[in-house]
Amino acid sequence: MLELRNITKIYGQQASAVRALDRITLGVNDGEFVAITGPSGSGKSTTLSIFGILETPTAGEYLIEGIPVQNLAKQVLALLRNNRFGFVFQTFNLLPRTSALENVMLPLIYAGVGTRERTARAKAALDSVGLPGRYDAHPNQLSGGQQQRVAIARAIVNNPSVILADEPTGNLDSKMGKEIMQLIQNLNRDRGITVLMVTHDASCAAYATREVSFLDGKIERDRSNA
Amino acid sequence: MTISSTVRLAESALLRNKMRSLLTTLGMVIGVGAVVIMQAMGQGATAYISDQISGLGANMLIAVPGTTRMMGAQSAGVPLLVEADLEALRRRAHSVRDIAPLINRPLRTMYGTNYHNTVINGTTPDFFRIRKFVVTEGRDMSDEDERTGALVCILGPTVQTALFGSDHAVGKEIRIHNLPMRVIGILEPRGSMLGMDADDIVYVPYNTFARRISGNDRLGAIMFSALSQDEIDDAKEQATQVLRQRRHILPGEDDDFVVRDPREMASVLESVTGALTILLSGIAAISLLVGGIGIMNIMLVSVTERTREIGLRLAVGATSSDILTQFLVEATILALLGGMIGLLIGLGASSIVAKAISIPFVVPIAAIPIAFGVSVLIGIVFGVAPARKASQLIPLEALRFE
Repeated sequence: MLELRNITKIYGQQASAVRALDRITLGVNDGEFVAITGPSGSGKSTTLSIFGILETPTAGEYLIEGIPVQNLAKQVLALLRNNRFGFVFQTFNLLPRTSALENVMLPLIYAGVGTRERTARAKAALDSVGLPGRYDAHPNQLSGGQQQRVAIARAIVNNPSVILADEPTGNLDSKMGKEIMQLIQNLNRDRGITVLMVTHDASCAAYATREVSFLDGKIERDRSNA
Repeated sequence: MTISSTVRLAESALLRNKMRSLLTTLGMVIGVGAVVIMQAMGQGATAYISDQISGLGANMLIAVPGTTRMMGAQSAGVPLLVEADLEALRRRAHSVRDIAPLINRPLRTMYGTNYHNTVINGTTPDFFRIRKFVVTEGRDMSDEDERTGALVCILGPTVQTALFGSDHAVGKEIRIHNLPMRVIGILEPRGSMLGMDADDIVYVPYNTFARRISGNDRLGAIMFSALSQDEIDDAKEQATQVLRQRRHILPGEDDDFVVRDPREMASVLESVTGALTILLSGIAAISLLVGGIGIMNIMLVSVTERTREIGLRLAVGATSSDILTQFLVEATILALLGGMIGLLIGLGASSIVAKAISIPFVVPIAAIPIAFGVSVLIGIVFGVAPARKASQLIPLEALRFE
């Protein structure tokens, strides 16, 4: 259970201040697949970043399993990012000149997992996203869809309970985008991983079980797709 | 995150920019190289000096005509020393043990059709005692040789080889200044001294030299030894007083001769080495500073370049201290790399220079831990600012950085 209570986020100061989020309250239950939609600048990416503790709200409370995040130590926040959340970005964010396997291992390095187990788990993750045998490929040797698969493998390698995806198909053509969406959907259905996905594409949002629409820093609509 | 994976991470990051990493270490290379050269040269020079001093003989002093100048003596227009000075010293300088005249002249030596130009020295058996010269073949110069002015000579190994090749020389007769001289001994080889061949020399009895070669009682120098090490200063003082009287120098007037103590020469040489050390220390300090700033600069560039990478690492669970450590380790490895290259180059350069100026090459053991320590210190000191900058990035801002 993730819960945003009266979250406000303001960027910049005084005259140039921009209110990105205006007293948002939003709860997400375990196992949900939530699409966050809305025009650009509506606050959807900011919401996702706050869910992933990549950003702190200006005001309001964020609770994970009922525990307020702002009270937690920095090390605990790093630990949460490491083993509770998995991130998937529009631009993949793979380390250049680094093999697919090493990219996937990254969270395990910070989790303190030993080399042998790290390698085994990273290989298993790459296999499960449909990239067996491409362990040594560098990002520039992979297609966009393959790069996003590596990124998804990295997101799931440490068994997170939540995947946070920011426009995961934004840089892909529709065929590859469809494959990636199916992959994400499978993670949600088969493994019970909660998925929070920012998208402006209605066809992507259709994969979700719930759609939350943002407008001007406020929730405009929250409906079930079921 | 474990130390070994941090180090491996840093290595791979540095290997991605091989050329840049190498160039960044240049200041460290020069700085540590200078430290190593300084150590090696300093120790080599010290070893050389003490070697030379012990080779000069125990408690040795030498009186030469001339006035004191910085390093040597100026002898133009100054009366020479004479045999009577020697006698006066022998009688009145009580702290003196052995005393020997020294006079020399460059002359040609001949054996059959072979000839060799060298320096003929006239001196007495005392000289060999003071200098601790040993003959490896034949016999020493005797008091009898000196008293009778015998036509005998002792050759340095270079002269022997030049005249006789590999044949035996002892017992043979050579010609010097048209005099038949019997070779009675060959000196132990001594090698080169300040770049000159110390074995290219011939010794004849002083009386022989005075009567047959120079034809007068003038001396180039008087060499003498003190009774003991504690009496070197006394011997020097007594000799100075005797010679001042002999040469009619009034109180308050400067000496027109110099009594040299090789230990003073050593201290002159040591002060030269000291000046060189200060110079090299300066170069080392400046290079290390420049090297450190170079590392800091390139690390700051690296942090900016890799902002997105840092953001990603934070997003997948790196703590800010993980990031801090990563960049600190990178800076330290860079500095260490430079230090190690500097160490090797410094050792190589020292051995070449030592060979060129013929001083012993001493591997400066102390320089190795110093090079390591200095490198690590520089890496940490100059790596802190970039590493802190990296560790204080906010994950989302770093991820969005263009």
